[in-house]
Amino acid sequence: MRDIKFLTKNFGKYDTSSIDSYLSIGGFDALKKAVTMEPTAISDLIASVKVKGRGGAEYDMGRKWSQARDVKGDNKLLICNADEGETTTFKDRELIKNDPFNLLEAMIIGAYVVGAVEGFIYMRGEYACYRPLLLDAMRQCREKGFLGKNILGKGFDFDIKLYSGAGAYVCGEGTALIRSIEGKAGRPRMKPPFIKVSGAFARPTCLNNVESFSIVPHLLLDEKGEYASCGSGNSIGTKMVSVAGNVNRPGVFEIPFGTTVREIIYDLAGGVQHNHGIRLIQFGGASGKIADASILDTPYTYEALRGAGVMVGSGGILVIDERTSVLDFLRMNQDFFSEESCGQCTPCREGNLHIKIILDKMAEGKATEEDLRVMEKIARVMSMSSLCGLGETAQNTLMSAMRVFPEVFQAGGAR
Amino acid sequence: MTETKANEQMVHLTINNIPVEVPKGTKVMQAAAKIGIDIPHLCYHEDQRAKARCRLCSVEVTGKRRLLAACSTEVWEGMEVHTDTPIVRDTQVAILQLMLANHNQDCLNCARNQNCDLQRLCSRFNILHSNLPNVVKPEPRISTNPSIVRDPSKCIRCGRCVRACKDVQGIEALTYAGRSSDIIVTTAFKKPMETTDCVLCGQCSLVCPTGAIVEKDDTDAVLDALQDPKKHVIVQVAPSVRVALGDAFGMEPGEIVTGQMVTALRLLGFDKVFDTNFGADLTIMEEGSEFLSRLQNGGVLPMITSCSPGWVNFMEKRFGDFTKHLSSAKSPMSMFGAIAKTYYPEKAGIDVKDIVTVSIMPCTAKKYEASRPEMGRNGIPDVDIVLTTRELIKLIKYVGITFKQLPESDFDSPLGTGSGAAAIFGVTGGVMEAALRTVYEKFTGKTLPKLEFEDVRGFKGIKEAEVDLGTRKVKVAIVHTLKNARVVMEQVQKGESPYDFIEIMACPGGCIGGGGQPIGTTNEIRKKRIEALYQLDKSLPLRKSHENPDIITLYKDFLGEPLSEKAHELLHTHYHKVAPLYEFD
Repeated sequence: MRDIKFLTKNFGKYDTSSIDSYLSIGGFDALKKAVTMEPTAISDLIASVKVKGRGGAEYDMGRKWSQARDVKGDNKLLICNADEGETTTFKDRELIKNDPFNLLEAMIIGAYVVGAVEGFIYMRGEYACYRPLLLDAMRQCREKGFLGKNILGKGFDFDIKLYSGAGAYVCGEGTALIRSIEGKAGRPRMKPPFIKVSGAFARPTCLNNVESFSIVPHLLLDEKGEYASCGSGNSIGTKMVSVAGNVNRPGVFEIPFGTTVREIIYDLAGGVQHNHGIRLIQFGGASGKIADASILDTPYTYEALRGAGVMVGSGGILVIDERTSVLDFLRMNQDFFSEESCGQCTPCREGNLHIKIILDKMAEGKATEEDLRVMEKIARVMSMSSLCGLGETAQNTLMSAMRVFPEVFQAGGAR
Repeated sequence: MTETKANEQMVHLTINNIPVEVPKGTKVMQAAAKIGIDIPHLCYHEDQRAKARCRLCSVEVTGKRRLLAACSTEVWEGMEVHTDTPIVRDTQVAILQLMLANHNQDCLNCARNQNCDLQRLCSRFNILHSNLPNVVKPEPRISTNPSIVRDPSKCIRCGRCVRACKDVQGIEALTYAGRSSDIIVTTAFKKPMETTDCVLCGQCSLVCPTGAIVEKDDTDAVLDALQDPKKHVIVQVAPSVRVALGDAFGMEPGEIVTGQMVTALRLLGFDKVFDTNFGADLTIMEEGSEFLSRLQNGGVLPMITSCSPGWVNFMEKRFGDFTKHLSSAKSPMSMFGAIAKTYYPEKAGIDVKDIVTVSIMPCTAKKYEASRPEMGRNGIPDVDIVLTTRELIKLIKYVGITFKQLPESDFDSPLGTGSGAAAIFGVTGGVMEAALRTVYEKFTGKTLPKLEFEDVRGFKGIKEAEVDLGTRKVKVAIVHTLKNARVVMEQVQKGESPYDFIEIMACPGGCIGGGGQPIGTTNEIRKKRIEALYQLDKSLPLRKSHENPDIITLYKDFLGEPLSEKAHELLHTHYHKVAPLYEFD
């Protein structure tokens, strides 16, 4: 495994409470370079190394920025999604905590590229302890002229507000996040209108994840092409993964794309507790899919994981060892969605409720073949017809479990 | 459907392999309707912005990974839509079954039995047995006011009522609370509706696809009175009912069914069948005189009409410091009731205690109006029982009357004569037009050259007109829906209202679109009813309130002059501020 620090290269290198300290390690050099470039050159650069949105939707980030730039409007918004509500996912927290100025610098560059005049960081309520850090960093940026009017004398204005969520998982979904920022209940809405055209306060809005933003300053200064030298195909550069569950060293790791799952779990995360065997691995949090141990030698890339029936998603990797049954894991996962559905659309609201009931019947050994058939059908209807991404992906875990562990889904609920 | 205009860009698509051409911007649901395919839907309502939350209208589109909601998806060139694939069928059936499992299925005990969108769709999709356990949370019906009853156990969370309350009325008394399977439609802090900003207009009950929000049913009280040999039961019918009632009996929307309606009421056993239009003419006499008096004596202007109880409730709750702008004249219903409990018994030689007055109204808020202590004297209410159009439909069906085949008959005398001016009370602009016909002639002493005031007609939310009374020009405004009422009231509040006289009706289109009208009332249908009432006005020989001979007799024999002491005692009232339940400032 190649040891590379790209996104994490500033971690521990400067005093995160001091902009001078950040400047002393070359902070804002990327912004200074960016403002000498054509905005489209920056989005082209991002597109050239195929950066996919790191929130989980895997949308081409360079394309997103150039589309955002093309949207007409003089009051565009740029929002950083720091809601990081996906279970097993805590990589953005490390980026905020260890390199807050890089994130702010990235957003300012983003504003320059897309033409935004105002920005928001929407941070999950549970990260309240990082509010003072970010607010103070923003204040210092304002004092040094990196935020505010006429940034770097280049005639563009941009400032950032920090907004804390109230704890709903669904607020990581773009339209729910936007309603939450508007002060409304955080419930998703139908699209269109698309966020890029009519987002928060009906203003054109460009929304990116913390990790996606954080890549940009490093990329601009990456003259040797270190980032592009990692990975292959559509999986270029590095990825932040967070590993949790029954491993010896849970934590956040930056890996070059192509690192195998085994290397992540056994070399970086220290292997499975007490040398237990692996029951299953869930990729991408509660809305992700699961695999058994046969996935260990699969390289961690968008393509290979997809080929193995799972997805990168949020970058979370949850290792469950053989002490936990598949069914108990599924019930735990289902409890999460039964709680977190916003309740607006029928398939998600009612579907999660009934799938929970059937999983409970399985646990009691009382599920019938008809129950199992109904469960599969509801799961499929939910993924096909729900209003938002939550309902679409809520049964990813269950549906992948049905493929990987068919023996679990027997009438009577064999475990 | 949108009409094709010459310069409109057309989009070509196929639905179930059938080519369709529709204007750009058309939604898949309307494109499908064009070729006769009714895509099932529950949260979608043609008068509301799409919500896309029930997901019942999901369709498959070639090249799309997931199903798309037909209600909210615009067509595009070359789009291939399929509405009958296995996954679409599975989705429709699954969604209906999911809804049913969380719906209190006591259909036989439901006001909306056989008139329920959910029931109809379950029948259409041949849902023979539900394969899901029942998960309805037992919740009691909420019946705390005279107008509206809510049954949360029947709510399918479609959000139509929330949209009607917010987007049509601008009230937002109903909203969502909770999430996941605990999400409910409720009022602020789950308070009884009447204590919130709710004005009891009943627009929510008109759009509810199930029996979750219904009018309070008073049909039993009417049947009891009719069965009581000691009671002399008289009925009055609002102008807008006669152009809406036919909808429920397979007649064309907007068909004028006055004659059959009167016959049906007689068959039901009412002792006298009278016309609220008589009350409307009386209202014009009093309200018109009041306006002239305010105009000539420097009274409070603008004067605002007060016949719409939803609007009056809104005024009292939201603009309670400005109730002096409201005309003190009672509504036609209450004026009629007052006369029916004073003049009529005197004339007919019946003890007032034996008289039961029933009104058939397009309105749920009228039930509340009738219950107001101001509307009556010595403990005797002007109106004893109010039925909505919907309840009258139930009564007619209950008695087994084949409505369509009924012969026509006329209202009884002496409270059964109404002018054309009274007939148009049921539409937005109608009260103003009726008033102007009388005010003009009373003020100028001249005969109106043309009876139709075209500027005050139409479906526009806020209309304005200026009327030349010779020595003075009068500026008037006509407003329907409370969302629009708020706009003109904020002008009044700021002291910036440019008007002398404002007509406000709470419901879209006026009473013909009232919250008590038949289920299925849409804006298209409202427009047909409006046309019908104008048609009715035109067809009548008598078109001015002050020329109604029975009204002239009433003043001569009983009331004296408009605004006389007796008229004030019986026909006028006062409104007062109602403190809001909660203040956020």
